[in-house]
Amino acid sequence: MSDLKGYRKPWWHTQPEYVHPAYGSTVKRGPLQPLIEIPATLSEVTGPVFSATTIGKHAADLTAGHAGESIGERIIVTGRVLDENGKALSNTLLEIWQCNAAGRYLHEGDLHDAPLDPNFTGLGQVVTDAEGRYRFTTIRPGEYPWRNHYNAWRPAHIHFSLFGEAFAQRLVTQMYFPGDPLLPFDPIFNCIADEKARNRLVSSLDWENSKSEFALAYRFDIVLRGRHQTPWEK
Amino acid sequence: MSFQATTSQTVGPYFRIGLSPLYRNEVAGLQAAGTRIRISGRVFDGNGAAVPDALIEVWQANAAGRYRHPEDQGAAPLDADFVGFGRIPTGADGGFQFSTIKPGRVAGPGGCLQAPHIVVSVLMRGILKRALTRIYFGGEPANAEDAVLALVPASRRDTLMAQSDGEGHYRWDIHMQGEHETVFFAV
Ligand SMILES: [Fe+2]
Repeated sequence: MSDLKGYRKPWWHTQPEYVHPAYGSTVKRGPLQPLIEIPATLSEVTGPVFSATTIGKHAADLTAGHAGESIGERIIVTGRVLDENGKALSNTLLEIWQCNAAGRYLHEGDLHDAPLDPNFTGLGQVVTDAEGRYRFTTIRPGEYPWRNHYNAWRPAHIHFSLFGEAFAQRLVTQMYFPGDPLLPFDPIFNCIADEKARNRLVSSLDWENSKSEFALAYRFDIVLRGRHQTPWEK
Repeated sequence: MSFQATTSQTVGPYFRIGLSPLYRNEVAGLQAAGTRIRISGRVFDGNGAAVPDALIEVWQANAAGRYRHPEDQGAAPLDADFVGFGRIPTGADGGFQFSTIKPGRVAGPGGCLQAPHIVVSVLMRGILKRALTRIYFGGEPANAEDAVLALVPASRRDTLMAQSDGEGHYRWDIHMQGEHETVFFAV
């Protein structure tokens, strides 16, 4: 058996280091020893596939499934999931979570003194279509304080988790909003040196998918690692 | 749009909201073939303190050495009651535990079989991208011919070994830093 085609290495400065001292918790949690480079084996080019596995009919609408209306500005979030070779990833699961409009998570660990919304849980799941597109409806999340440093506030963001097609492609990331004045001060957003890569975490206002008199839309495309190609496949 | 992979960000402390629907600590179905095992351990930070907000994700082949994935075209049979995925959050003491079956051997680099192993992603507040590691089985003769283990300095291989303490139970801790820092891989 010939060796398997591996996945591309990250572009320089486009993925964070484990220890990023501006984000204080990384100092004692990030591995210090150099990573050991291994070839991609069957174990890494396979992975769990969750096509069309969602939590139910309200999974793509975070404002639905409660007794009443969620409080806050309703928004639509849409985008495509591709790999670095430009291949659309169809039938791939996105897991989504976020705080409510007041900046509070439905989680006992969140001690921020902002109100919970009984009509907002902050959990969503969507599966991409044949062209790798996804779409969900939610409430624009609020900013919230954290204890990283004095007067530390997270910019508004939505958490995303994707498996892709292989264990090697696993990605957890966060989507931000255009023009957020907190972005330059956030150590998590600023974890990498490459400004262009960083700014790709910022969604863009999407007129095309906005619905008049209902909700603005934001576009957030996600790229997972792609496999090395042989020349004739390019 | 650009075709550079999207930058990873931390799961943060509140991942349970979004990731708990796929929590599963029973990796093998009741009818799955193979030797039943249980693996438990704890996650520690660089101070030796337990990490109570980590998430462990595991992926493995079935007892015959076949992954449930289109990329695995091996001759070994699929098992109708086995997927091979687990996702386990740590508790207040940094502990996690899951039950599964011992994986079979799968193809490795250079046409050699790999020793039985489980691939693991470690996610937590305080790391900005997942940490990738593997669980091997201490005392397994095949470990000596495993191409991935051969890339790990001998002095650190122990960190990848789940050690049996009898009755199908294995112990495997994760140390993010320190003298026993777990080996993490780049692939
Ligand atoms: Fe958050």
